[in-house]
Amino acid sequence: MSVTDRVRPQGPSLDEEKPGNRDVRRLAFSQQVSKWDVKLSPYLYISPFFLLFALTGLFPLLYTGWVSLHNWNLIGGQGKFIGFENFGFVLGQPYFWNAVGNTLSIFLLSSVPQVVLALLIAAVLDANLRAKTFWRMGVLVPFVVAPVAVGLIFNNLFADQFGLVNEFLGLLGLDPVRWHSDQLASHLAIATMVNFRWIGYNALIFLAAMQAIPRDVFEAATIDGAGRVRQFLSVTVPMLRPTVIFVAITSTIGGLQIFDEPRVFDQSGLGGADRQWQTLTMYIWELGWGQRNFGRASAVAWLLFLMIVLIALVNFLLTRRIANQGGRK
Amino acid sequence: MKFPRKLAALSASAACLALALSGCGADAPTSAGPTGETGKEPVTLSLATFNEFGYEDLLKEYQTLNPNVTIQHKKAATTNEARDNLTTRLAAGSGLSDIEAIEVDWLSELKEYPDQFVDLKDPAVEGRWLEWKTEAATTQDGHLIGYGTDSGPEAVCYNAALLEAAGMPSDRESVAKMLGTTWDSYFDAGKKFVAAGTGPAWFDSAGAIYQGMSNQMSKAYENEDGTVIAADNPEVKEVYTKVLNASTKDNLSAHLGQWSNDWVAGFQSQKFATTLCPGWMLGVIEGNAAGVKGWDVANVFPGGGGNWGGSYLTVPSQGKNQAEAKKLAAWLTAPEQQIKAFTAKGTFPSQVEALTSEELLGQTNAFFNNAPTGKIFAERAKAVGDSPFKGPKFFAINDAMQQALTRVDVDKSDDAEASWAKFLTAVKSL
Repeated sequence: MSVTDRVRPQGPSLDEEKPGNRDVRRLAFSQQVSKWDVKLSPYLYISPFFLLFALTGLFPLLYTGWVSLHNWNLIGGQGKFIGFENFGFVLGQPYFWNAVGNTLSIFLLSSVPQVVLALLIAAVLDANLRAKTFWRMGVLVPFVVAPVAVGLIFNNLFADQFGLVNEFLGLLGLDPVRWHSDQLASHLAIATMVNFRWIGYNALIFLAAMQAIPRDVFEAATIDGAGRVRQFLSVTVPMLRPTVIFVAITSTIGGLQIFDEPRVFDQSGLGGADRQWQTLTMYIWELGWGQRNFGRASAVAWLLFLMIVLIALVNFLLTRRIANQGGRK
Repeated sequence: MKFPRKLAALSASAACLALALSGCGADAPTSAGPTGETGKEPVTLSLATFNEFGYEDLLKEYQTLNPNVTIQHKKAATTNEARDNLTTRLAAGSGLSDIEAIEVDWLSELKEYPDQFVDLKDPAVEGRWLEWKTEAATTQDGHLIGYGTDSGPEAVCYNAALLEAAGMPSDRESVAKMLGTTWDSYFDAGKKFVAAGTGPAWFDSAGAIYQGMSNQMSKAYENEDGTVIAADNPEVKEVYTKVLNASTKDNLSAHLGQWSNDWVAGFQSQKFATTLCPGWMLGVIEGNAAGVKGWDVANVFPGGGGNWGGSYLTVPSQGKNQAEAKKLAAWLTAPEQQIKAFTAKGTFPSQVEALTSEELLGQTNAFFNNAPTGKIFAERAKAVGDSPFKGPKFFAINDAMQQALTRVDVDKSDDAEASWAKFLTAVKSL
């Protein structure tokens, strides 16, 4: 094929240029430029974000992948290329799987109640309240508190022997909960901190979406005889679907990367004596900064990345299916 | 939504990696070596410390004495912050101060990279420090990484009121005699105390006791050649068993994880009668036990002596003014200056001569029943034995060990044998 290609005359353009009319060429060129302008400019305008992302997001991502294929010490730097040995090693570690379990557990315990409660709070805020702005700003207050500060305060509340929560349980005649040694209890305590910070924030996002719902839909529903609860379930929630998807995906990303709260949950920050609440990010930290093994830490970081992508996809498909079902009524 | 958090994480990791990258292309320092001439050229020295070294007035004094020198002092709020800064910039190959303060605990890992630090060995400063202090900062080939500043010789702090309630002697001398010089005699006294049935435990935390005991082993977890011996070292297993027997069988422990909120609260609710205390711990106890009467210090430490904490000044070899930096570090760590720092911020000296200074020996502590703390800790400092060998994996193995102890002592989720088995798995995974 290629041979015949070469034999063929080099396209009609040569013949056309022969008349040698410069004006025609210039016109064509400036037309070309304005065509580029129309086509390329939008991308140019949006490019700073992507350039920045390439620098601060994509490059570290790829570089982490490169590091994960080597023996790599925090101070000593790059060592031998060892292929996927780090991945193999990490996948064989019970601590890795323990961390995966903890991360998922804390993620579920925080994300699910978070979305549900945020929806409910948003619905209440959407009602005709006095001093609206006060309440709306009020739910955002926990969000401006630094996570480590939240951690320290809740850590005090959840102290095993002399914590407020256990004192209170004692008043009710209940046994103290061993927040720092029982796995599920520690997850609950950490999820509480996360929820404390993020519910208000998510509630405001839902609130914004709710206010965009045309009011006449509600009026119609009221005329049809739907009560407040029925309206919430059958009108508000279905119309919030895109927002729910957005919140679900972002809270998945955040929930799987949870670090601050479990890290300050006890004094040593390694996730408990039996690693009851060691999350994946904490495991990365332990490998990278505790053991100074950047190679293995990067391997875990990549596995975490893949996990997030996977779960976000599942998330997306699930919510889309629900959305479709609801939408075709 | 968690976008901001994700962004923060992203940019943080990017920053780390960018630093790591530039480290690959670090060029050789073009500066005068540590033996270059000093005292002529005008020079700006940077000094990085953390917490309180008590150097503020000293730096002014030095600048008056050496008009060619301007000093920039950077103070990190916590040791963790300082350590992160140090490791990141070591990895990057640039950005460190001319003098970097380090903690004794970081030595084992930093000694892995001696060429990152100027060898500060100098006949002029030989014999300035207690032997164990210098020994800990010297690599096997005799490379001295840092000049010692303060130290943390350990004694035993006790609550005299609790001892009295149990019908035991409570004045400093008799308590020191009763606690004795071995761990067995310390635990025996504890058994007597607990047998009195007054309620409080003998010590705060099995992990804290283990820390004191393990620091007296010449090498606990690793051989000099880097092989890990933690699993097979009979000494480690013996100490482990002994501490946990004291904790569970004899019930001497208050089952508190050191530094946990419960531990802090335990001082107020008087849950334990004794705790191992280096000099700097006195301030911690005073803060935690504010309002509680009866705390005192006994001039004794079971099993010989012990040191916990203390710092060094190093001169990173990436610095441009190594000779001037070395001169300043040597001046700051001289006994006369350290005494001034001690008076300013209570950093206990590690210099032999400073330990005989009147100012130090005359110091008493009102909270601890006016105990002559200066004198007590000066004697405790002399009792510290050879510094234990700590290899590059010391931190990680010791963390695993502390977790093993916590599982039994605090969480009570495992018995000693099961927890030991988990410790072995953890060590193997390093």
